Amino acid sequence: MRRTGAQIVWDMLRREGVGVVFGMPGGSIMPIYDLLEKSGVRHVLVRHEQAAAHAADGFARVSGKVGVALATSGPGATNLTTGIATAMLDSIPLVCITGQVPTSLIGSDAFQEADITGITLPITKHNYLVTDVADLASVMHEAFLIAQSGRPGPVLIDLPKDVQAAETEFAFPNRPFASVQRAVPEPEDETLRDVVKRLTRAERPVFLAGHGVVRAGASASLVALAERSSVPVATTLLGKGAFPDRHPLALGMMGMHGSPVANRAIQAADLLVALGMRFDDRVTGRLDHYAPGAVKVHVDLDAAEIGKNVPVDLSVVGEVGAVLRRLLDSAEPVERAAWSKRLAAWRTDAALRDVLGRPEPTSLAAPRVIDAIWQETEGKAVVVTDVGQNQMWAAQYYPSDAEHPFVTSGGLGTMGFGLPAGIGAQIAAPDEEVWVIAGDGGFQMNVQELATVVQEDLPLRIAVINNGSLGMVRQWQEMFFGGRYAATRLVNPDFVQLAAAYGIAAWRARTPEAALAAISSARAQRGPALVEFQTTRQGDEANVYPIVPSEAALDEMIRRPEPGRDLQRASCRNARGRAR
Amino acid sequence: MKRTLVAWVEDRPGTLNRVASLFRRRAFNIESLTVGHTEQAGTSRMTIVVDGVRTDSRKVEQNLRKLIHVLRVEDVTERPAVLHDLAMIKVTTSNGTRSEVMQIAETFGGRIVDVGLETLVVEATGPDERIDRLVEVLRPFGIAEMVRTGRVAMACDEDSRSGRRRSGDG
Ligand SMILES: Cc1ncc(C[n+]2csc(CCOP(=O)(O)OP(=O)(O)O)c2C)c(N)n1
Ligand SMILES: [Mg+2]
Repeated sequence: MRRTGAQIVWDMLRREGVGVVFGMPGGSIMPIYDLLEKSGVRHVLVRHEQAAAHAADGFARVSGKVGVALATSGPGATNLTTGIATAMLDSIPLVCITGQVPTSLIGSDAFQEADITGITLPITKHNYLVTDVADLASVMHEAFLIAQSGRPGPVLIDLPKDVQAAETEFAFPNRPFASVQRAVPEPEDETLRDVVKRLTRAERPVFLAGHGVVRAGASASLVALAERSSVPVATTLLGKGAFPDRHPLALGMMGMHGSPVANRAIQAADLLVALGMRFDDRVTGRLDHYAPGAVKVHVDLDAAEIGKNVPVDLSVVGEVGAVLRRLLDSAEPVERAAWSKRLAAWRTDAALRDVLGRPEPTSLAAPRVIDAIWQETEGKAVVVTDVGQNQMWAAQYYPSDAEHPFVTSGGLGTMGFGLPAGIGAQIAAPDEEVWVIAGDGGFQMNVQELATVVQEDLPLRIAVINNGSLGMVRQWQEMFFGGRYAATRLVNPDFVQLAAAYGIAAWRARTPEAALAAISSARAQRGPALVEFQTTRQGDEANVYPIVPSEAALDEMIRRPEPGRDLQRASCRNARGRAR
Repeated sequence: MKRTLVAWVEDRPGTLNRVASLFRRRAFNIESLTVGHTEQAGTSRMTIVVDGVRTDSRKVEQNLRKLIHVLRVEDVTERPAVLHDLAMIKVTTSNGTRSEVMQIAETFGGRIVDVGLETLVVEATGPDERIDRLVEVLRPFGIAEMVRTGRVAMACDEDSRSGRRRSGDG
């Protein structure tokens, strides 16, 4: 069958089961767009290609499928890069297709030429410049395989305009021309027996669950194993959902803004079993003081992660779901009364310091907003966050589980991720209630996508946490830079009017009561809805607690001052006395 | 201690670039890298020498395996292997020293591949240390120019060709 390159692109997308793509057309990709209408594939027109990559990413995280983004050459392609890097660091399967100038012009600095395969080399799992249309079908097949197999990641295909137009004899490829899939090693029985033995003997074990558990869909096995062997579970930010946050064995999130219970448990542990996580610097704190008494076992699909940051005593390279099931087969029931008693004491202490436990103040603290959204949605929303304090509060105060994904940019920490990723998430789960939680700063980084929300008629709910500043940076300035607030105050637009300009129903809330009312109004709305929450701008309720200063050990957290204590003195003393 | 890795890679445009980019991005310190064809069309072979102190060769190995075009990686440091370097050394000579240089070259198993009016080009292959010594001995005569390929490696027994993976932590 004779087909053009552009036809092959759509043939292959359909064959890979792609139902939706995110993108924006331009000169070098017009032959592909020319066939869009006939393709039967849904196209979501974004207002900036960065949003196409983030939306494809949000779609991939919620659907479990590959997200696809399209962009033209040059600026279209370079605009994708932040989204590609975001997906790379969080191991999200994407296929990005970019137009390129005709092969005869490559290297001539032609109009809208950018060396996008060169630019994205270090931020893709793999990329291709297709110069012969005869290669295209296998390249696309290979790209989808690479994106999803092993540790997932983004793949970019750069397609010169003449290759899109050229004809070739086409047949669906059966096999890729390279052995692109890495065989997943089978964990050795002996190692697994060793892990089980250590689990049985340990007095203070902790499971550390990461994104790998979420991606493997292995939450149920983890719950079963944790319950059988009475092991508490801490999760990473991306591991939220790997273990139900409301489970009695849940310790919550670990790391810089982790729960004090999780951080203390890790530091006191005699055994850590890390599952599908990579000991990022945000979860370990100061490395040479990390979990000093613990034997460390690391289970991960990617052999290159073993021992990269933290030396481990035992490693299992393998698919974490399979490893968990095998451990479950042989794990023995264990009780750990002393350990759970200690954890319970830490839990009581944490609850005492929690903002939510305080008598109602008049101002609106952001954690109360997240808690209200959680209460109103009965914990059933898909939560998509931006980056900053809003992200940490969302992680801390919106409990997740396997059925209700928590979508966030963890590795790259990309401001501007929330709204476009929310678009992708809503398209992946059209019948779910999707809430975007964004700060006033990051929301404005891709605010133009409100137009996409309206054009696509998506019932997205958007919570803007307006603290009048780049709050997370402001918090660091307050705590670690002598209160010199350089370039963190934001003069904002009227978010309600802004939403209205796009045709989106919007509410503003300044008090806890108004917040509840606005949330329920937003939920009652049939189409998209936005609520601007004017939250506390200073004082301890404006900061995220606990916080582990950089270079401090995980349990050297700065805690929220107890009510009535002077914040400045308490936190500064902690910071100085402990960070060194 | 220096470690020698051999990587079989698909011979595709940009493969060397991908490997080099990986080393740069992960801040791996590479002493030498050579690429060439193999017995199999479409497959190239890289010999990579890593300073095993500043750069953990296992990390290099594991990260190389993640590249799509890398077919196989082996650490041949601990196994019987031929580890050779090729050097071409242009030595300045006069009538009085020419024969002496030729003799030295011969002693080191090298050969004279070009004779000029005022120079000789010595070509030698062998283990790095032997080449190092040859260079030292020739230096007093005056070295006008020199090029070395860097180490290439081949394991001695049949095992290495059958593709059996080594743990690399020997
Ligand atoms: C693209 C990008 N630029 C800069 C940063 C650095 N940064 C991290 S958090 C933050 C402040 C975010 O402010 P806002 O969106 O208002 O959220 P808040 O912390 O106030 O909740 C900044 C600037 C970043 N993470 N991403
Ligand atoms: Mg803010």
